[in-house]
Amino acid sequence: MAVRTIKVDYLARVEGEGALRVVIRDGGVASAELKIFEPPRFFEAFLRGRAFSEAPDIVARICGICPVAYQMSAVQAIEDALGVDVGAPLRALRRLIYCGEWIESHTLHVYMLHAPDFLGYEGAVEMARDHGDAVRRGLALKKAGNAIISLLGGREIHPINVRVGGFYRTPRRCELQPLVEELKRARDAALETVRWAARFDFPDRERDYEFVALRHERDYPFYEGRIVSTSGLNIAPAEYDAHFEETQVEHSTALHAHMKNGGAYLVGPLARYNLNFDRLSRLAKDAAREAGLGPVCANPYRSIIVRAVEVLYACDEALRLIDAYEEPERPFVDVTARAGVGYGATEAPRGLLYHRYEITTDGMIKDARIVPPTSQNQPSIEEDLRRFIGGWLELPEADLRHRCEQTVRNHDPCISCATHFLRLEVEHAS
Amino acid sequence: MRPDAVDGRRVVLGVGNLDRGDDAAGRFVARRLREAQLDDVEIIEKGGEATQLLAALEAASAAFIVDACASGVEAGALRRFDVAAQPLPSKAFALSSHGLGLAETIELARALGRLPPVCVVYAIEGESFETGAPLSPKVAAAITGVVEKLRAEIVTVAKQGEERDA
Repeated sequence: MAVRTIKVDYLARVEGEGALRVVIRDGGVASAELKIFEPPRFFEAFLRGRAFSEAPDIVARICGICPVAYQMSAVQAIEDALGVDVGAPLRALRRLIYCGEWIESHTLHVYMLHAPDFLGYEGAVEMARDHGDAVRRGLALKKAGNAIISLLGGREIHPINVRVGGFYRTPRRCELQPLVEELKRARDAALETVRWAARFDFPDRERDYEFVALRHERDYPFYEGRIVSTSGLNIAPAEYDAHFEETQVEHSTALHAHMKNGGAYLVGPLARYNLNFDRLSRLAKDAAREAGLGPVCANPYRSIIVRAVEVLYACDEALRLIDAYEEPERPFVDVTARAGVGYGATEAPRGLLYHRYEITTDGMIKDARIVPPTSQNQPSIEEDLRRFIGGWLELPEADLRHRCEQTVRNHDPCISCATHFLRLEVEHAS
Repeated sequence: MRPDAVDGRRVVLGVGNLDRGDDAAGRFVARRLREAQLDDVEIIEKGGEATQLLAALEAASAAFIVDACASGVEAGALRRFDVAAQPLPSKAFALSSHGLGLAETIELARALGRLPPVCVVYAIEGESFETGAPLSPKVAAAITGVVEKLRAEIVTVAKQGEERDA
């Protein structure tokens, strides 16, 4: 019996620390494990015994790339527990700060982490020597996302202006205007990004995923909606625990999530796009079609184009939100403590982010549950490896290892978030 | 590669995480220099994320980057690297929890023609990078010396600039 093991001890170009181990036995992939060894983070336990008002600032610390997502799911869930509705203008501002996070997070992944895989470079530095104009475009685009977060969040990383009930301070209309010109340039750069990514050479690999994402009655989802799936699931965030479960696996400090009656599923840009194509703006839909994407894309290697389409959408949507912005009467609505359980689900750049909080009568957090996108995607990432790399087993070791890494990076795993990190180990068993 | 337009900004860039022990050393040096109120010097503090560091270096004529490193020498030791002349030895600066460390960020700036013509890294050797820990005594004791050396170099570079312009 022939056994080969391919190991990547320290997976590069992902957020956090992890490894990959693939065992190849008798010419087939016997097992594939995404090994996450970043130490557990214990955020859910930190939250217990803290005041509900502290949650947005605590959870922002879970991730330096997507702090807004954690803040948004937290405030939504806590407001649900406390019976608070912040009203349309504050919801629109939350949507706007989320646009900023999608722009900066997706652009980082598209240009710095994922594009080098397609253009044949070790990393962004090597790619920049030959593709300087593209990298400059990516940096300018990311800056536009950072500008939104700085303005609405008070600073670029770990924003400090988000609170339960709204914001500590909301901007005047005139303060948003300087963003308009920058966002128009960013929208052009985003359109060019879609066209650039569409010219890459993509492996011909597809899979029948169970996609899970939010769906809203009108909007492409960031901030709110029902949880829907390819096979017809359609539930409120409050019903998440009844349909999804997390289990421990030996090779990962991150939990693995499954559907209780279905198995592995996929969240993230592909899931959102496939379940919400009709909710994209005309500009984003046209760019997707021009890039050769139909309303459904089941090739995860093409997720780089889908991310670019979502960046274009986020620029477009940010401009729409700024144009329609009405200054709220007050930056926040009053919130009174009461006992209750609340649920929140929003779309982090990497996918569905579920929070649940139990609050006591005196406003303390009794229990917290946080299910990040990467926990939900780990089983599907491992399944991608098992299904996709079979055709590449004859490649030289270094090339095969690269294909494995690329396959993981399709889903932009954020290991820091999920540990609740990455190394690659491919074993050819014999 | 020809550098992008240079506007004469002189920046001190203190890099690090304030909540990770000696990783904060660069930030403390930046703060002490801010108190010194040097003329025409912009003091910037950053956590270490690559695109933010690149933005901070944009259009600068001179950049002095202060960061902690872990290379195995004695804690508190200061080393000076002229990165405009040659790359930073990357192993000692691989502590970033993000995708690109300082050495790679500097090479990215060089590839994009954005590395300032004068670009110097002051590296302070750390020994403890524990979450929530303060500076270790040896690193805390080294800060004043680093501030004085850096301040002297900034003044020298400024004088050289003035003499060139005159």
